[in-house]
Amino acid sequence: MARVELKSISKSFGGVPVLSGIELDVADGEFLTLVGASGCGKSTLIRIIAGLEPQSSGSVLINGAPVDHLRPHERQVAMVFQSYALYPHMRVFANIGLPLMMSRLNLFERLPIIRMLSARRRRVMAEIESEVRAVTKQLQIDALLERRPSQLSGGQRQRVALGRAMVRHPAAFLMDEPLSNLDAKLRVHMRTELAELHDRLGTTFIYVTHDQVEAMTMSDRVAMMDNGTILQIGRPGDLYMRPANLKVAQFIGTPAINLLPAKVSSAGSVELFGAELPIRARRPAGSAMTLGIRPEAITLAPLGTSRPGMHLLPGRLRRSENLGPEHMLHIDLTSPASGTIICSVAGDHEPLTSDSRGLALLFMPSACHVFDVEGHRIDDVEAASAAAAPSSDPHARAFGATLCPLLPKAGEPCAPCGGPAARTS
Amino acid sequence: MDTHLPSPHPSPGGRGRSPVGTLARRAATLFVVHGILIAGAVFILLPFVWMLITSIKSPAEIFAVDFSLWPKHFNAVENYGFALQKVPLLRFAANGVIVCAGILLIQLLVAIPCAYALAKLRFPGRTALFALVLMGLCIPIQVPALPLYMGLAQVGLLNTYFAIMMPFFSSVFAIFLFRQFFRSYPDEIIHAARLDGMSEFEIVWLIVVPSAWPAIAAFSVFSIVAHWNDLYWPLIVISDTHLATPPLGMMFFADAETGSNYGALTAAATVLTAPLVVAFLIARRRFIEGITMTGIK
Repeated sequence: MARVELKSISKSFGGVPVLSGIELDVADGEFLTLVGASGCGKSTLIRIIAGLEPQSSGSVLINGAPVDHLRPHERQVAMVFQSYALYPHMRVFANIGLPLMMSRLNLFERLPIIRMLSARRRRVMAEIESEVRAVTKQLQIDALLERRPSQLSGGQRQRVALGRAMVRHPAAFLMDEPLSNLDAKLRVHMRTELAELHDRLGTTFIYVTHDQVEAMTMSDRVAMMDNGTILQIGRPGDLYMRPANLKVAQFIGTPAINLLPAKVSSAGSVELFGAELPIRARRPAGSAMTLGIRPEAITLAPLGTSRPGMHLLPGRLRRSENLGPEHMLHIDLTSPASGTIICSVAGDHEPLTSDSRGLALLFMPSACHVFDVEGHRIDDVEAASAAAAPSSDPHARAFGATLCPLLPKAGEPCAPCGGPAARTS
Repeated sequence: MDTHLPSPHPSPGGRGRSPVGTLARRAATLFVVHGILIAGAVFILLPFVWMLITSIKSPAEIFAVDFSLWPKHFNAVENYGFALQKVPLLRFAANGVIVCAGILLIQLLVAIPCAYALAKLRFPGRTALFALVLMGLCIPIQVPALPLYMGLAQVGLLNTYFAIMMPFFSSVFAIFLFRQFFRSYPDEIIHAARLDGMSEFEIVWLIVVPSAWPAIAAFSVFSIVAHWNDLYWPLIVISDTHLATPPLGMMFFADAETGSNYGALTAAATVLTAPLVVAFLIARRRFIEGITMTGIK
């Protein structure tokens, strides 16, 4: 059980900064995910927490005490690696039991041959064996104790690596992309298992991944990293619904958010393809803006339809992908708009897809995410929607007065709002 | 080793070549390739064959004008008996084993931690140290021979096993070879071992070395062959026949009254070469693995 704090951690490799001023506070028992594209510094950060890599400046605190001077095993953290990092020449039992042997046996009790003389060793080894068996039983690998890592499948190796971490009862688990070497099906399965393991153990988990689905589905909180800094920390729903940064908006969500060029009109509101949206821009007139709309925030209707309060963009269907429960529509915007939009609609939307005359893409201005030229979110969007429809319903909060367009019936949970029946992609 | 041969399955309706033509071509290629290989093998094996045959011929036959591959009269018992009686051949062989084993043991004890440090630990001056190792590869034993000899003479250690072994205790070649091998060892396993509480020495000997057997076997063959066959350094520091290594012993043997008894001489040479050949045949697969591995990386 531990609280892990990072105080202005910076790291540079030979003058090249890879992490700058990272501040992070992971509560006891929390599942925090560091997510970001490869090379953003997330793996370096977790290695700094583990003590495998020294930071250039800043401090790591575990339970309020600085651990910067402690060696990795003294920090009471356990780590699971992407490649599992099992000892290839040792059997499963030795792989899992090694951390206990290292901490409970002295040097003489570990030396070959000489160790036979120690009576204490036999007693300690019996203890270790029962603990290893308890852990392997929990992970359902108790039949594999005599195998070597090369005789195990990917999923079994993964469990052995987990067992090696669990047997120490660490203060915190650090996981560096532990699922990325598994095949897609097993990954989904292990995702659930890891989340359940976290619930059962109640230990702090710090989890690194480049897969936003893993980040969204497993974590209490997600920290999105880019270029050595943390762009946003928040609950998975927060990152999806209120991305603080254009990069966060682009990274979180599949299919990716649609981005359209906009600018600030002379009246100070956001102007999209010549039409003004009821969103105050709070930036000088004429500045460039980026408007983001999630694929599921768009409603399709025959051309010529209009609905009160919704903004309309004309378009023509280019391609439709049937994913079963939903269709992914690629729509070319037509004059005065231009560009391509991806829009997801429920699977029974068939009639619309064959309409050759063109389509109306309708969306609530309050469902838009507006970013300035530096990529920062302009917060007026949320304020406007909150004013329009003060409600405790997450769908209403997110999409203004209307219901989430993905939902056939009101009140059902959905992915963007973080509900339990989250869609996976 | 694989040689590049034409595909065993000619493409149907290919370039209009008849099956007979394809077969003939394949046979010709096989013939040429194997011819070259056999010629090379004969060139390398002939001295050994000659040594073996001479060791079982009678003196008259050895000096006979006409050349024969197979002796008319077998003189093996006399030749081998003479060599084994007159010369402490087994003593030379034992000396060779002691010297080679001692050198190899210390070389591994020194070179493996050095190579691990150069490959996996980050410390200031690592690049400079590795550059020194590479430069060390360029210095032949003849260069430091004189100061080494004088030093050993000063401390009165000439004519000891230690004197034969000492200059080779730290092998830059071994450091280089193992460093290249260890570099490809996954960092994550080393990190896991550190998290599990292992010291760097334990990581080297308990985690990394068990995976490094091909490299250790390859280096052992190099080291044993080089020091079993070394004449130069034992010749400088050893004058006592009882401490002579195999080549030095052969030299003492050839100098004495048996100088012109080629049958006995080659019999002795056969006895002293045999252990190496046997050792190589046993370690052959590992040896080739080690060479190809370090060649690729």
